Amino acid sequence: MHQSPSTDYVIPRPPLAGRILSSAPVSILIYLLVIGFIIYTAYDGSRAMGYNWQWYRMPQYLWTITDEGFQWGEIAFGLVKTLQLSVLAFALALGLGLLVALLRLSGLLVGSAVARVFLEIVRNTPLLVLLYLFYYVLGPIFELDRYAASILCLGVYHAALISEIFRAAINSVAPGQWEGAASIGMSKAQAYRYIVLPQSVRFMLPPMTGEMVNMVKSSAIVSVIAVAELTTMGRNIISDSYMSFEVWFTIAAVYLVVTLTLSFGVSLIERHYALK
Amino acid sequence: MAYQPVFANEVMTGGNPIIQAESLDKFYGSFQALDNINMSVHSGERVVICGPSGSGKSTLIRCFNALEHHSAGKLVVDGIEVYEGSKQIRKLRQEVGMVFQQFNLFPHLTVLENLTIGPMRVRKVPRAEAEANAHRYLERVHIPEQADKYPSQLSGGQQQRVAIARSLCMESRIMLFDEPTSALDPEMINEVLDVMVGLADTGMTMVCVTHEMGFARKVADTMIFMDGGQIIETAPPEKFFTQPESERCRAFLEQILEH
Ligand SMILES: Nc1ncnc2c1ncn2[C@@H]1O[C@H](COP(=O)(O)OP(=O)(O)OP(=O)(O)O)[C@@H](O)[C@H]1O
Ligand SMILES: [Mg+2]
Repeated sequence: MHQSPSTDYVIPRPPLAGRILSSAPVSILIYLLVIGFIIYTAYDGSRAMGYNWQWYRMPQYLWTITDEGFQWGEIAFGLVKTLQLSVLAFALALGLGLLVALLRLSGLLVGSAVARVFLEIVRNTPLLVLLYLFYYVLGPIFELDRYAASILCLGVYHAALISEIFRAAINSVAPGQWEGAASIGMSKAQAYRYIVLPQSVRFMLPPMTGEMVNMVKSSAIVSVIAVAELTTMGRNIISDSYMSFEVWFTIAAVYLVVTLTLSFGVSLIERHYALK
Repeated sequence: MAYQPVFANEVMTGGNPIIQAESLDKFYGSFQALDNINMSVHSGERVVICGPSGSGKSTLIRCFNALEHHSAGKLVVDGIEVYEGSKQIRKLRQEVGMVFQQFNLFPHLTVLENLTIGPMRVRKVPRAEAEANAHRYLERVHIPEQADKYPSQLSGGQQQRVAIARSLCMESRIMLFDEPTSALDPEMINEVLDVMVGLADTGMTMVCVTHEMGFARKVADTMIFMDGGQIIETAPPEKFFTQPESERCRAFLEQILEH
């Protein structure tokens, strides 16, 4: 086959330097250099303070293989707890967030007032204080254990953020869609369910991904009331083993893997909901 | 729906009006968009409303299916008194179809789904029956082959014909049109007007806001001219186009017929 130069000249191409910098191998190289630099600095610093690295002791906290066979380690159990906590709290936040958004959009005076008060209270309270309120104040009153208090607290906190995502996405749908739905006799609830909400998904997916990632990250805060999730496991392991550098690097890496996987998964869904 | 020939004199005299408006006023804040509107439409009658921009044409026909609510006066459509907060509004909208200037199709649904969602969700028609009806009406608007496409894959004229079919699928007894061709490229206007003429031939009650005077001459039983929120002139087309009574109407007609 002959080379076909024609196709190369049809589309004007960006300048050479930009093309090289944004090509996949170069991006990966730059990324590795940055990570390498961070790790090198950490090692260098730790050597200067005489830190005794014991990476070989880490794997047992992820999993062990003994005569009794394969067994998950503490970090794996912590991860499962973190995921459980995040999923349940996120489900709660989605439901509550949608409710708050619909109340605000309802045009009912009482409804939007209730929603506004909820938003102002939650947004103006630090997450840590909110957690203490749920665990130490609401906990004894409603007999919540630390796990339930954590889910409720995280759910309520993120509901406030998520309700704003819902509201913005619903408002992004063209007003003619409401009229189209109304003109064929749909009730407001049917218009939401069949016409407006499905179209708003595409507007809310990107910020919603951010919120999922935030949920996983902010779930770490429940370690202050000793829920046995990932961060708590990290603290426990350190108090036995004194390997603070190795443990925190590992825990951070586990969080990173979870959040990157989430972002990647959602980008696949986003492609599905792209404009037809 | 069977072909029912309708005779003009029967239309004008027969029975109670299907739309009756008495002294309608509409205010947006302190701005008066409708001013003492009195009119009636009989079953099978075709009314064409025209008038300059901002004269209140859209506001008036949007009152007929309660997309807007009049501020004063009395409006009865298909035996249902229309007022804000009425429990009958959804029932009314099932009887009164509306075709918008901007189509307002549902972009996340296919053409077929656009046509069946109303019957299935609102009228609770079983899917098979709703789909059969949808295919029948797509044929009526001359695009049977587009059922599985999304609205954005169709031309403007095709989209507007889908919108007409969507209203027909609700088996509406009255059809409202708000400038159905004014967002279309010129070469697509006729394909939509043809469908509307075909609809008129079936005896459908139609209220059309349009400036397509050729269409109006062909199908209208009654012409209405509006200006400044008021009905200035009501006349059968023969009289309306040849001897309009008001100076404003004459000036308006001269202006649009020049083009
Ligand atoms: N939601 C609204 N709020 C305030 N004023 C409005 C609103 N809708 C319409 N109006 C005003 O009411 C008047 C009549 O509007 P309408 O849309 O009924 O006119 P129209 O005759 O349909 O004009 P066009 O030919 O441009 O569509 C206009 O002056 C318009 O600015
Ligand atoms: Mg208008």
